[in-house]
Amino acid sequence: MADRGFDVQKQRGFTTIALACFVLLYTPIVLLVMYSFNVGTSIAIWEGFSWRWYVSAWENEQVKVAALRSLYLAVVASFVATSAAVLAALATTRRPAYRGQTVVFAIINQPLMVPEIVTAVALLIFFALIKSFTGYTGGAFLFVAHSAFCIPFAYMPIRARLQGMDLTLEQAAADLYGTPLRVFRKVTLPLLWPGILAGAMLAFVISLDDVVITEFVKAAGQDTLPTYMLGQLRRSVTPEVNAISTVLLAISVTMVVIYFILSQRKN
Amino acid sequence: MADATYTRPFSERYSHWILLSPALLILFVAAFGPLFIVLIYSFLTAGDYGGVVWSFSTDAWFNVFAERDMFDDTLGFADAHLAIFWRSFRLAAVTTVVALIFGFPTAYFIATRPPKQRNLWMLLIMVPFWTNLLIRTFAIMELIRNEGVVNSLLMAMGVINEPIQMLYTDFAIMIGMLYVYLPLMVLPIYASLERFDFALVEAAYDLYANRLRVLWRVILPVTKPGIIAGSILVMIPALGAYVTPRVLGGGKRMMLGNLIELQFGQGRNWPLGAALAIVLLIIVTASMIYYVRAAGKEGAGHG
Amino acid sequence: MIEIDGVSKVFGSGVQAFTALDNVSVTIRENEFFTLLGPSGCGKTTLLRTIAGFNAPTNGAVRLDGQDLVSLPPYKRPVNTVFQNYALFPHMTVAENIGFGLEMLNRPKAEISSTVDQMLDLVQMTAMAGRRTSEISGGQQQRVALARALAPRPKVLLLDEPLSALDYKLRKGMQVELKRLQNETGITFVFVTHDQEEALSMSDRIAVMNHAQILQVGSPHEIYEHPSERFVAEFIGETNFLIGTVTQADETQGSVALDAGGNIVARLPQGEGGMGQVTVAVRPEQATFCAPDSGEATVSGTVSNVVYLGTDTHFHLTLDDGNPFALRLQNTPDNSVQQKVGDRIGIAIAPGVAQVLKD
Repeated sequence: MADRGFDVQKQRGFTTIALACFVLLYTPIVLLVMYSFNVGTSIAIWEGFSWRWYVSAWENEQVKVAALRSLYLAVVASFVATSAAVLAALATTRRPAYRGQTVVFAIINQPLMVPEIVTAVALLIFFALIKSFTGYTGGAFLFVAHSAFCIPFAYMPIRARLQGMDLTLEQAAADLYGTPLRVFRKVTLPLLWPGILAGAMLAFVISLDDVVITEFVKAAGQDTLPTYMLGQLRRSVTPEVNAISTVLLAISVTMVVIYFILSQRKN
Repeated sequence: MADATYTRPFSERYSHWILLSPALLILFVAAFGPLFIVLIYSFLTAGDYGGVVWSFSTDAWFNVFAERDMFDDTLGFADAHLAIFWRSFRLAAVTTVVALIFGFPTAYFIATRPPKQRNLWMLLIMVPFWTNLLIRTFAIMELIRNEGVVNSLLMAMGVINEPIQMLYTDFAIMIGMLYVYLPLMVLPIYASLERFDFALVEAAYDLYANRLRVLWRVILPVTKPGIIAGSILVMIPALGAYVTPRVLGGGKRMMLGNLIELQFGQGRNWPLGAALAIVLLIIVTASMIYYVRAAGKEGAGHG
Repeated sequence: MIEIDGVSKVFGSGVQAFTALDNVSVTIRENEFFTLLGPSGCGKTTLLRTIAGFNAPTNGAVRLDGQDLVSLPPYKRPVNTVFQNYALFPHMTVAENIGFGLEMLNRPKAEISSTVDQMLDLVQMTAMAGRRTSEISGGQQQRVALARALAPRPKVLLLDEPLSALDYKLRKGMQVELKRLQNETGITFVFVTHDQEEALSMSDRIAVMNHAQILQVGSPHEIYEHPSERFVAEFIGETNFLIGTVTQADETQGSVALDAGGNIVARLPQGEGGMGQVTVAVRPEQATFCAPDSGEATVSGTVSNVVYLGTDTHFHLTLDDGNPFALRLQNTPDNSVQQKVGDRIGIAIAPGVAQVLKD
């Protein structure tokens, strides 16, 4: 083949910068994962492969409790957030505009727009107020807080799915004597399912990864895995933190890849 | 005629409010509702051991910007606060600019791949973004600490004899935020580049523009809404960053987020913390409104 | 003068290789309105883009006034393009769009603004100078795209199906307009279209393309009246094909014994004086009615359908050998159609009108 000719899309150096970006994005993560398998206590000098830090994390009672709390929190919060988001998405798509719709939209997306630290401080103050009135200091505060900031993440893919859905399918079902509830169960819900699953996964990952709001809302002894790690980072770090991180990374990456595959599938 | 006076049944007219109620209730209790309480707290008096005393005071707002000298009681600017404001703004701005310098070519690269490959490249950008922010910050910390890979490598190669102190500097915070927020820059720029009509580039080349001028005069102006969106998306969390400066700044290099936290911890000045939080919220909201306006104006011209 | 000399273009390689241009040679003259006509995928746009510089030919040379173009990037070629969907810059006004080329050539500001004014006047868009390109109609965008491409005074203007996005009436108006602009500016126009009517009405010369090759180059009259190949005859206008055998031939004409019966004197393709089986092309309006089976009749048949079209009447006939034949008569106030469905009729074709095709 002769000369490729004039490439209108070419810009000098762009490909180099882009590839450098990909390398730089992944290098720290790869190193972090690599040193979680280090036999020594160093996170810079490679001394050989071992599972030792995974074993040590597994045997660390604090880690185990925090991990279970994180999982429990993420499961409940993503379930609550996704359920609320499905209903909200049904109420904000495919109907004529109504008064207050813009405000509703802003409220649902508000956790995305307000800096996390501000929400965290607001929750700290508000929950402290409730605590002082009721004397209740249990874990419910964390569940409510996580459910709230997960809602917009669950809402986005569900809404996108609903908007892309063919309205005539439901009309056809209604025409064939389906009552509204049965139409929803038999037609809308099955079509919506990939969106719901995607939304739930995003919510799960967001809850699992949250540091700031949890740090401010949690009472003593209510550490999640991320807040436990944040505490550990102040001390001298051993590859045990790398091992915990690697497990969390694996969960997140799996979820995101599944989300990606789900959102790729068209109606 | 009958249609005009027909009123839909109650359930149909108000069903959306019923459907919305769970989400709105949760968000009211644990997202936007408490923001009003923050506003109220910023006008209260600080309690001695944290918390507040329920009496009106503008001290907190006064203390955001000014301070009374401990010895001669003269008024002055709250230098420490202003320094932190300035650092927050400067670091956020530098992070945004560097993210743009790296993010635009990356988005451009992805947008010019064959259509089938593009989503996969975007997935590569988004995977780090959806992984734990703390873990990514920690990964950067391991990389740049004195005993970290970068210093070890440089020393092994003989470039340096002593490790360079990178951790616990402004540079470390900037690098950390760049690493953490870069995908937020790539995403909207990619979205506008993917819609970009490369026939415009052909037209510009046809009209004697060279590569650089095509970039400056056609590609950048047309994708400006995406660039503004990306810049705002990076700028906002960077201004409010808390974890990254805490881990990589080591508590000494504070940003606004850490200053706010301090008031609820050792500082024991909740009203001041509340006022600072409101200041941050105002800055962020103002830049967002600016963005929506700017993007709207641009978008209108595109039809 | 543009010389396209043995240009080939192959996209991709191996199994997926696609030949868009296959050894194409043609010379486009100075100040000519030259049209590349063909169906989609025939290579006409590829050829245009090769001249513009967006394709490097796999083989062959492109020269403008003797100067090689292939080695020049698009932004160094004195050639401008009107793109199919105009590709107007959305972030600039009409005037800024028109001035863009001159600005890139680093012309002085005063010159740019006077040329822009002149161009706005030329395409009658002066009133719209300050508008955004999204605020004007499709026809107006078309004019701006033209003005923008003409403003740097290129040696050649390339037009890539510029009228295809316009509705019928606007298209008719723009055809006249384009021809006027070409006359006024004296710039060579290379026009790409798949619309034969457009090509016939505007061009000085037409190159008919199919399957990556140029089949015939000639004036609209030559292309229409004397198509060299079956594809050209079929692609432009309606044509009847009659099969026959050449019984006698001289330089330009030959006598063909038709399979449907009768003899016809037809023009022979250049340089192919051979005998044997041939196809003869006859336009519907080149034939008239006469008494069946008479000496006047070239062939005979029956009327199977009559369609009144206002200016013309269109007859669908069935020849004696079963093949269809289309015949068109112009309507005049005093003639009325006498032939009815089922009538047996004769078809007369004047000598030297029909064209024998290359095979």
